[in-house]
Amino acid sequence: MLGLPHRTERRAKRERVMSMNRRQFIKIAGLSTLFGLGGKGAFEILRPGMLDAAEHGHGAPALEEPAEPAIRWGMTIDVEKCAEPGVVDKCIKACHSVHNVPDFGDSKDQVKWLWQDDYEHTFAGNENQYMADHVKEFPFLCLCNHCDEPPCVRVCPTKATFRRPDGVVAMDYHRCIGCRFCMAACPFGARSFNWLDPRDALNEKEYNMEFPTRGRGVVEKCNFCVERLAKGLMPACVEAAPQALAFGNLADPDSNVRQILRKRPSMRRKLELGSEPSVFYLV
Amino acid sequence: MIEKALKGEPRYYMWLVFLLGIIGVGMGCWFYQLHKGLGITGMGRDISWGVYIAQFTFLVGVAASAVMIVIPLYLHNYKKYAKVVIFGEFLAIAAVTMCMLFIVVDIGQPQRMLNVLLHPTPNSILFYDMIVLAGYLLINIIVGYNCLLADAQHRPHPGWLKPFIWLSIPWAVSIHTVTAFLYAGLPGRHLWLTAVMAPRFLASAFASGPALLVLVLLIISRVSKFDPGRDALQTIAKTILYAMIINLFLVGMEVFTAFYSNIPGHMHPLQYLYAGLHGHGKLVAWMWTAAPFAAIGVILLLIPSARRHHGILAFACASIFLAAWIDKGIGLVIGGFIPNPFHRIIEYSATFPEISITLAIWAIGALILTVLHKVAIAVREEEASTT
Ligand code: SF4
Ligand code: SF4
Repeated sequence: MLGLPHRTERRAKRERVMSMNRRQFIKIAGLSTLFGLGGKGAFEILRPGMLDAAEHGHGAPALEEPAEPAIRWGMTIDVEKCAEPGVVDKCIKACHSVHNVPDFGDSKDQVKWLWQDDYEHTFAGNENQYMADHVKEFPFLCLCNHCDEPPCVRVCPTKATFRRPDGVVAMDYHRCIGCRFCMAACPFGARSFNWLDPRDALNEKEYNMEFPTRGRGVVEKCNFCVERLAKGLMPACVEAAPQALAFGNLADPDSNVRQILRKRPSMRRKLELGSEPSVFYLV
Repeated sequence: MIEKALKGEPRYYMWLVFLLGIIGVGMGCWFYQLHKGLGITGMGRDISWGVYIAQFTFLVGVAASAVMIVIPLYLHNYKKYAKVVIFGEFLAIAAVTMCMLFIVVDIGQPQRMLNVLLHPTPNSILFYDMIVLAGYLLINIIVGYNCLLADAQHRPHPGWLKPFIWLSIPWAVSIHTVTAFLYAGLPGRHLWLTAVMAPRFLASAFASGPALLVLVLLIISRVSKFDPGRDALQTIAKTILYAMIINLFLVGMEVFTAFYSNIPGHMHPLQYLYAGLHGHGKLVAWMWTAAPFAAIGVILLLIPSARRHHGILAFACASIFLAAWIDKGIGLVIGGFIPNPFHRIIEYSATFPEISITLAIWAIGALILTVLHKVAIAVREEEASTT
């Protein structure tokens, strides 16, 4: 109850900001990020240091929300397009190799950032048993929803997981104590703990040297490719399947994702919990 | 005063050696866990907390239950508890220490534990839990040590202790309430998302903790000349009885709400625990062991003539302790993760190293308790011989 007015207010404020001074900025930042102009995205040029500061989690000030949040990254997933052969695997492979995600197989020690499930389980609790047959068979890509009101962030005792001003829920692997409170709190099963040494389950030759590997005993999950956003690149999965996935600024009414969402019916997971996922499934 | 722990009969030393043996095995397993990672436990992606956190949760209750002795004595001047209160406080010290050890073995990066204090995060319940537990340990050490010291020197208890004793009462309630909030505030875990979580925690704690205390006191009265007093034991037994009845009543509330509302998410974990779900039911046997023990314990304590018989009293207390332990130390934490957020049932069973580490921490608790109680007994025996 208490969260409601505050949340609506924040959203209204964001929209207001949009229609006034910030819109121009977002357009430039958004567009150049979308099309990957330059080595350093306009996002980084216009607001230098912000991404870095937040990613490394040193300066607490960077973690605080600026008065006028202008960006909230979000993703749309076209499940029908995901059903085309090879699409889902390509996305998962792109994500897991660029982020050095260890492969422990389908075991209890498994670590996963992006994976596939079916309609019934992805929307468990809200599933419509009479849903069209073809939808029931589509693959649903699952990942961290980068919730706008993330329960995982609320419970973390060290701020090792935090919500960046642009809506990305990020992790600081050096601060995490591995208490796994965030795993109990995430209603989407999006988080993985490094039960064993992840480096043992990585093929050394295939390391992506530009992304850190993690150690034992910390939690990890999808990071919306913040390291690529900072360079003006699209997330790896989106790059792998641009026909199925779209990524953009939910706070900008004219952004690509907002235009898609205006036209097509979409679903989000467990809306009744109020975590406000930023990942939308188009059916 | 502490030197009193060093003098004892052979069986006292044998008991200590036995405990040290269990601790040794557990330490070995812990080093193995530190070396390999928590993957050597039964925990995994879906059941991400297991027997360690469950023991932690249960033992916070045992620690909190010392107030069931403190309140009658200090607020209602029930003098019959004067001799036993110290045993309750020492039980609390041992229990809180065990709680902290269970956290240390559970977390993935124990050497970073201080991050909780270095980066204080007031929106995290775990932050408060750490503070209240450390505070509770400190209060009990201050009160327990100084009371015993005064007794040993045949002085009245110093007046400045009073505020600490009063403070310990709400503080005890707070440790278990905050622990309940760890669970009760999580969206999407239906077994835990309930307003009666904290009251139920307190009720089961006020049954199981004093039940353990009665067992310990009965053992002490056999191995030493210390007599806790018939009336004191009977009064504790009544506390256990009422607390357990309230606990069972609250369980009934949960069952009614889940099943009458017929909301699948609320029914599933209970179905899993008590009947099994989609062919999975590893915990069913446990839960149906707890239920009859709870019933038998309550019935025996309800009958005054049974309650007065020390053998039956011990059996009833052991039953209630066991029932509460299964409920909280196994069912509650693990059941909360089943089914998982995708409504799949992934089951959990503890591994050998995990069980060894768990037993070792219990043994450390028993060791602390033995040594502290040994000192207390020596002081009480001296008192008895001088009067
Ligand atoms: S999906 Fe889970 S991990 Fe991701 S932001 Fe939401 S609660 Fe946190
Ligand atoms: S496991 Fe790490 S990220 Fe998760 S709540 Fe604990 S400290 Fe925070």
